Amino acid sequence: MKIVLQHLTKRFPSRGKKSHGEVTAVSDFNFEIPDGKLVGLLGPSGCGKSTTLNLICGLLSPTEGKIFFGSDDVTKLAPENRGVGLVFQNYALYPHLTVLKNIIFPLENLKGTAKLSKEEMRERAYQVAKLVQIEELMDRKPKELSGGQQQRVAIARALVKMPRVLLLDEPLSNLDARLRLQTREEIRRIQQETQITTIFVTHDQDEAMSISDLIVVMKDGIIQQIGAPQEVYDNPANLFVAKFLGTPPINIFLGTIRNNRLYIGEDAVLVVPDVPEGEVVVGIRPEGFLLTGNASLSCALKRLEVMGRDVSVVCANAACEGGTLRAIINAEGTPLPNTETVRFSLKPQKVFLFRKETGERIECNLVPLTEVK
Amino acid sequence: MEKQNRKAWLYLLPALLFLLVFMVYPLVDVLIYSFEEGYNSASQTFFGVGSYNYSYVLHDPYFLQALKNTFLLVVITVPVSTGLALFISVGLSSIKPLRNLFQTIYFLPYVTNTLAVGLVFMILFKKTAYSDGLVNLFLHWFGSPSVDFIEGSYGAKMFVLCFYTIWVVLPFKILVLTGALASVNQDYYNAARVDGTRRGRIFYRITLPMISPMIFYLIITGFIGAFKAYSDAVALFGTNLNAAGMNTIVGYVYDMLYGDSGGYPSYASAAAIILFVIVLTITCINLLVSKKHVHY
Repeated sequence: MKIVLQHLTKRFPSRGKKSHGEVTAVSDFNFEIPDGKLVGLLGPSGCGKSTTLNLICGLLSPTEGKIFFGSDDVTKLAPENRGVGLVFQNYALYPHLTVLKNIIFPLENLKGTAKLSKEEMRERAYQVAKLVQIEELMDRKPKELSGGQQQRVAIARALVKMPRVLLLDEPLSNLDARLRLQTREEIRRIQQETQITTIFVTHDQDEAMSISDLIVVMKDGIIQQIGAPQEVYDNPANLFVAKFLGTPPINIFLGTIRNNRLYIGEDAVLVVPDVPEGEVVVGIRPEGFLLTGNASLSCALKRLEVMGRDVSVVCANAACEGGTLRAIINAEGTPLPNTETVRFSLKPQKVFLFRKETGERIECNLVPLTEVK
Repeated sequence: MEKQNRKAWLYLLPALLFLLVFMVYPLVDVLIYSFEEGYNSASQTFFGVGSYNYSYVLHDPYFLQALKNTFLLVVITVPVSTGLALFISVGLSSIKPLRNLFQTIYFLPYVTNTLAVGLVFMILFKKTAYSDGLVNLFLHWFGSPSVDFIEGSYGAKMFVLCFYTIWVVLPFKILVLTGALASVNQDYYNAARVDGTRRGRIFYRITLPMISPMIFYLIITGFIGAFKAYSDAVALFGTNLNAAGMNTIVGYVYDMLYGDSGGYPSYASAAAIILFVIVLTITCINLLVSKKHVHY
């Protein structure tokens, strides 16, 4: 089921009597989610992700704008008539009911022609239980299950009524690190097997990047960028997106453009033919540093962190935000620095320029110094 | 380890001391009193040990009347007040404007003096030479004859007593239940809404089980409280409850000790022990039943 959001806006009235405190949680959203895709809504807490999810499922109604499932306008429909399955952050499994009864619960609400017999309900429940691999837990109560198992039950309950759209609110945030990796693979597998259009909310960029077909990066109720994870990572639309995606995070420098050269501190690092002179913000991905070539960016070495295949070089540089930069260098074949000063050259495609005032991306051609002379 | 143990006992000592002196000793003493036949409080002597006190009490028409009154009171007021409290709390939780005002209004009876409330009830219900009482004025409106609620038929008096008891216990129950309802995570309701659950079903399948521990608590304390009722009856019918036929078990115990016909601590003790056994049995039954229906 294709989902289309048109000018979707949600404003919450201010608390108390002050009229100036109106909060815009979601501001003028326009995007289309193709059928059968897994989409991650990504952003820091308070950016309106969960509000967007609640608007799509119908627990909240938008102030302005429209929501379409396929060609149906569902903006005015109540949640139960939209055909959505929702998995809550805390799972919201009914603690007094067994797993089986929890899963059957949505089916018991069906009326009229959709009404199912007891056997049909059981059969459907066991089908989804098989899909999420919890068949042997059907007689337990939620509190007798681990976090990961509860998560699966919640997904089963959302899937059992065969929704057109599956929505997951922070599905992994209550799980420990190891389980999180496992469960996100699981969500991916279930989504691919069922081919249900799925939207999930997360503040963890790793999660969003690893399993989504499409990610929507949000901040303060405004969409920053939409795209395939790799595309967004390789081509961030602004400083916020660049900073938000990637572990370890991108290194931010204050740079200057003089004579078509990009300077970081006093070191000219790249040639920029078509950008006006002035100060810019430079973002360099950790993997964008090289120890070879015309190494021009000099930094004071603080320490090396060996991580097996890669080495993380931690250096100090006055122009860098926070004073410290982290470069990830392929350990094989490169002699590791052992001097106090390290010199890097940069991979142009891993370097992004942003306007200092707005954080907007400056689209430009970056050329290594060596290729010019 | 030994030293730790001694320390623990030392810390427990104050509480234990008070419990022993004011709880265990009186209980044991009452039990002993109840088996001492022909006890004379002036000479502090008795003839022998046996179950005569129990037999006397159980054959005393005043006690049987008190037993009947107490049971009626329990059977009527506990379910009605709990149900009514649930109804009102659900109503209170589903309104937004003025909720705090209503909560305060519903809680006011709780901080009002029992005897003052009794006085107001007298004015409402009592029939005197000068007036028929406010309630009777209402009844006249609907063309019904006057009913003497305070000195009239048994049914009318029982009605007033139950009405009064329910009115007195209601505020606390509403307070507890509104608290319980507010503590149910909103996500459960949202989940049920997304699944298209009807409101009645949400109430029976989700809300009720979720607040069942609190309801159970109210039923147990309600049973115990109603079995121990006394002051309510006094507030309405005065101290000579036996004459009014509206005595309760606790009232009977009091009368046996200090009333006009009193001075029989052995009978009072026997009646008190009977009450204790009844309350214990009912509470045990409650606990057994709750295992199936209460979800912690």
